[in-house]
Amino acid sequence: MKRVFVNEEWCLGCHLCEYYCAFANSGLADMARALKDRDIFPRIRVEDTGKVTYALSCRHCTDPLCVKSCISGALTKVPTGAVCIDKDKCVGCYTCILVCPYGAVTAGEHGAVQKCELCLENACGSPACVRGCPNRAIVYEER
Amino acid sequence: MKQYVIIGGGVASVGCIEGIRSVDKEGRIVVLSGEGRPVYCRPLISYFLQGKTDPEKMKYRPDEFYAENNCEVVYEKAAAIDPARKTVTLESGESIPYDSLCVATGSSPFVPAFEGLDTVENKYGFMTMDDALALDGAVGPDSDVLIVGAGLIGLKCAEGLCGRAKSITVCDIAPRVLSSILDGDCAALMQKSLEDHGVRFELSDSAERFNINTAYMKSGKVLRFDILVLAVGVRPNDSLVGEAGGACDRGIRVDTHMRTSLEDVYAAGDCARGYDASTGEDRVLAILPNAVMQGRCAGINMAGGDEVFDKAIPMNAIGFFGLHALTAGSYAGELHEVPAGEGVKRLYVNGGLLSGFILIGDAAGAGVYTAMIREKTPVDSVDFGLLRTSPSMAAFSAQYRRKTLGEVV
Repeated sequence: MKRVFVNEEWCLGCHLCEYYCAFANSGLADMARALKDRDIFPRIRVEDTGKVTYALSCRHCTDPLCVKSCISGALTKVPTGAVCIDKDKCVGCYTCILVCPYGAVTAGEHGAVQKCELCLENACGSPACVRGCPNRAIVYEER
Repeated sequence: MKQYVIIGGGVASVGCIEGIRSVDKEGRIVVLSGEGRPVYCRPLISYFLQGKTDPEKMKYRPDEFYAENNCEVVYEKAAAIDPARKTVTLESGESIPYDSLCVATGSSPFVPAFEGLDTVENKYGFMTMDDALALDGAVGPDSDVLIVGAGLIGLKCAEGLCGRAKSITVCDIAPRVLSSILDGDCAALMQKSLEDHGVRFELSDSAERFNINTAYMKSGKVLRFDILVLAVGVRPNDSLVGEAGGACDRGIRVDTHMRTSLEDVYAAGDCARGYDASTGEDRVLAILPNAVMQGRCAGINMAGGDEVFDKAIPMNAIGFFGLHALTAGSYAGELHEVPAGEGVKRLYVNGGLLSGFILIGDAAGAGVYTAMIREKTPVDSVDFGLLRTSPSMAAFSAQYRRKTLGEVV
């Protein structure tokens, strides 16, 4: 399956991926309405220490600990291999946050947790972060 | 064709079915479930009381799960295992042969022999959907509720009933809440989050005797109640294996393949006493993720695979009214107290390894710490100064990041 991969040395730390992610998952057509003057909840996050900068999102692990640990059955590995979340089932217990080795599952806006679903569940169809990255520091491909 | 029998219909049983089917698509699987309903998310029963979920959403697997995995589910309890004849006898007397057996019988509430408990009519446990449905039907705006036990089960019950009863009081013989996973001031924070919502506590105190609607406490206090919830603790259901001659020690003893001491008999979940990677000792780790992973390991091995599960550690995510406490490992060694605003962040380092942590409030990145405990990552192999404040991949080597962010993991 295609996944999002990170080329750390090319990351500018511009955070554009976060904005594209939040916009793609907002369900809104107008970028300003989705992002301007609002707290955004992107599923990809730029981690920047001053020395190192890279974007981090769900690795869609082959054997995902979050799925095996989910107490509500909300996290599943769908047949394509993507790890997806059913927000109606999630009760926001944070067990997935407790087990994800990469810190890729985060608290969401409305109680349920959130994670990258490769933009397969929204209108975008392929990862918006990748399309918006100005330096190909994040790519969507088969490896 | 091989015949697999699984005693129990909970999440360890599901893990076992999925483990078997990852190796053997053909063999016959018989699931014995004593609960009369397909698998559901037991830890969600408090969210059900709160109205945050419903029986439909609480399904752990889709309705087609058993059919798709070609399982026959028998809603009946097992009465005995005969390891010599390799059969399981049901309570009805019927006998089912097995080539390979998994015992996933879970645990049962432990009810101390309180004097006069038999005079209490409205008493409930809080472990199963039936318990939750019974409480849901019994509680009303005029109810005074007394919960005995301030552990994970008792407190989630208190949260679930908040706003649905006239009063909720929780008592425990321990001096603090959640005494199995939290130390004093952390426990006080979690207690306050419930007190702020009207829950009252009677700690360092226990019931001496009951009489119909009244608890007479050791302290001399007299507590009147309409509904009594007993959440004192749980005991592993290990008697089927014990009576068949298998090794038990407050839990069915299993190795890292989930094998019991009986040939072709495996055990998984809350009934099993297995390896705890955080201490190197055996213990019952009665948490859902462990049950699923043990079940899966057992299933793979039952079907002829060679799977080891030696990464179990104690860990818990529990929250009340939006305040989350995430804990893992053991609190041994040197304490690193990290400022965390209104919350708490405690990391414990022992013998060059992260041995455990307590996070209250900000949960972000907790899994990075949990992974270090599980994988025994030496503290000196990471930028621990950075990791203390921010659990992120940035504290690891560029090589590790290339592997985890640039390859399939």
